[in-house]
Amino acid sequence: MNIKRKQLKIEDVLFNTFNAAFMLVLAIVTLYPFINTIAVSFNDGLDTIRGGIYLWPRIFSLQNYKAVFFSGTVYNAFFVSIARTVLSTVLNLFLTTMLSYTLSRKEYVLRKPITIICVLTMYFNAGLIPNYFLIKGLGLLNNFWVYVIPTLISAFNMVVIRTYICSIPESLIESARIDGAGDFRIFLKVIFPLCKPCLATIALFVAVGSWNAWFDTFIYCSSKQELSTLQYELMKLLSSTSNANANPAMAAGVGANSQASSSLVTPLSIRAAITIVAAMPIIVVYPFLQKYFIVGLNVGSVKE
Amino acid sequence: MANNISALNNNKSPSAQVQLQASLKTSKWSLLKNQKQLVFMSVPLLIYILLFSYAPIWGWLMAFQNYKPAKSFFNQKWVGLQQFEYLFKDEAFIRDFVNTLCMSVINLVLSFVTAIILALLLNEIKNMFFKRTIQTISYLPHFLSWIIVCGIVSTCLSTEGGIVNEVLMALGIIDSPVLWLSEGKYFWGIVGAANVWKELGWNTIIYIAAIASIDPAQYEAAEMDGAGRFRKMWNVTLPGIKSTIIILLIMNIGRVMDAGFEIQYILGNGLVSDWSETIDIYVLKYGIKQFNYSLATAAGIIRSVISIVLLFAANFVAKKLGEERLI
Repeated sequence: MNIKRKQLKIEDVLFNTFNAAFMLVLAIVTLYPFINTIAVSFNDGLDTIRGGIYLWPRIFSLQNYKAVFFSGTVYNAFFVSIARTVLSTVLNLFLTTMLSYTLSRKEYVLRKPITIICVLTMYFNAGLIPNYFLIKGLGLLNNFWVYVIPTLISAFNMVVIRTYICSIPESLIESARIDGAGDFRIFLKVIFPLCKPCLATIALFVAVGSWNAWFDTFIYCSSKQELSTLQYELMKLLSSTSNANANPAMAAGVGANSQASSSLVTPLSIRAAITIVAAMPIIVVYPFLQKYFIVGLNVGSVKE
Repeated sequence: MANNISALNNNKSPSAQVQLQASLKTSKWSLLKNQKQLVFMSVPLLIYILLFSYAPIWGWLMAFQNYKPAKSFFNQKWVGLQQFEYLFKDEAFIRDFVNTLCMSVINLVLSFVTAIILALLLNEIKNMFFKRTIQTISYLPHFLSWIIVCGIVSTCLSTEGGIVNEVLMALGIIDSPVLWLSEGKYFWGIVGAANVWKELGWNTIIYIAAIASIDPAQYEAAEMDGAGRFRKMWNVTLPGIKSTIIILLIMNIGRVMDAGFEIQYILGNGLVSDWSETIDIYVLKYGIKQFNYSLATAAGIIRSVISIVLLFAANFVAKKLGEERLI
């Protein structure tokens, strides 16, 4: 009996060791590419070509970042990206929550038809070309608002927020109503503030989605350089350098505008630097919002 | 409300019934009048949804025309199913269709298997701090855009000091660096691996939540019966998360025509296009770039219709098997 228990323990120890080792490998595989990209972005451009940069820059240099930020295009794209992210997050959250509130009111006559119309949009999409014609018809081509207006309401987020609102005690709404508040006032002063934990998660999703988007720039705004976004600039770089392996013109274009001597800047380094600039806001915000999105996902997994 | 009317129907004269219906109607209107604020808050948004999600469906009619941008919509030539016929004869379309299907099935299988295994293994870690740290790290790539992930992938696979080539050479598996992104036969594998790298941690969240809701008494009972660690995983944990797995499977089968677009578009190049092009890229190529709007719309319709049919089919099968359903 004793021996058997001991054997079991050895098995357990083996399993746990193997498991922990596996998790460590997973963590390394996940983190290594970042660390490597950071190292490359801080390393001297010409030196990088020699290879052998792993975790730490060999010849430290800020040249790559200077090239990125002194080039007007990337600098401008950075601000367009921030503007679109902030605007669409704020508007999307406010309007989606407002719709969720009206659709959470059981006495509302139009509740059912609007809910069905809204939820159905999750299951179909008209497709690229019809949407393109709509945007064109509305005069949103090469217009900054094309980044904000088409994504104002999201059906999935509506369902999540509505579920959350339904968990708020009805008596709070009732007492506000007795104090003479109308529905809009109740929404603004009672519901919206109470939804904070849920909205933190949704805000993260909306903001990340908007920050990471490049396809709308590509389809709707590609002929207007001043509306380009950071992700799109990175995309252009990627498709010109990594694919063909031979056409560094685009990267040179970024470098050429810079005051830094462009001979020190290589496509590989520039790409690493822009990747870090594009990933940084998310990596910085992520640990703070991390605890919220677990809560939010659990809310979302409870249906109706 | 219908019940009320039929109940009243029994003991009131027909004229009274008409009056009642009229008053019900007016009461609905007066209710709506009292709900003015709710109407003001929701109806503009309803119009917005109709405009942005429903109005473009009108554009599907283009697939049955030979659309020329110069003419107005009503002066176009109607061609029936000609565009669809052309598509099914077009080798490029068939090839893209197969590519889409294969890549997304690979992604589906890989992401399910890896996520379930990782969730099971994470569940075995007793040290909470270690577990949370691993989880936090593994969720991170989900929040990065595909552009960034593609940049990372191409750096790792590069022949000039890319980590994959260096490791494989150090292990003696290959003699000289492999041009991973220039050979079609590797492309599907690269897409699958990149998908796993990006979404693995994120996909486990829902399984971990499901595992946490399994009654601990079941584990205790299994232990009493002498079940070991793997036995408990197989006979308690997996059945416990079965319904979650099936729901997710149905949702993902509905998305089989959606193999992703970005990674194929960014990493694909002339050398691997036979393997990398998907229906989405086909639509883009013919629609936006060559102005063949009708053909591209038809291709988009085929994709949407197949998705919806698959979604309902999977839902139906789940219902027959007595499992939970999505719709």
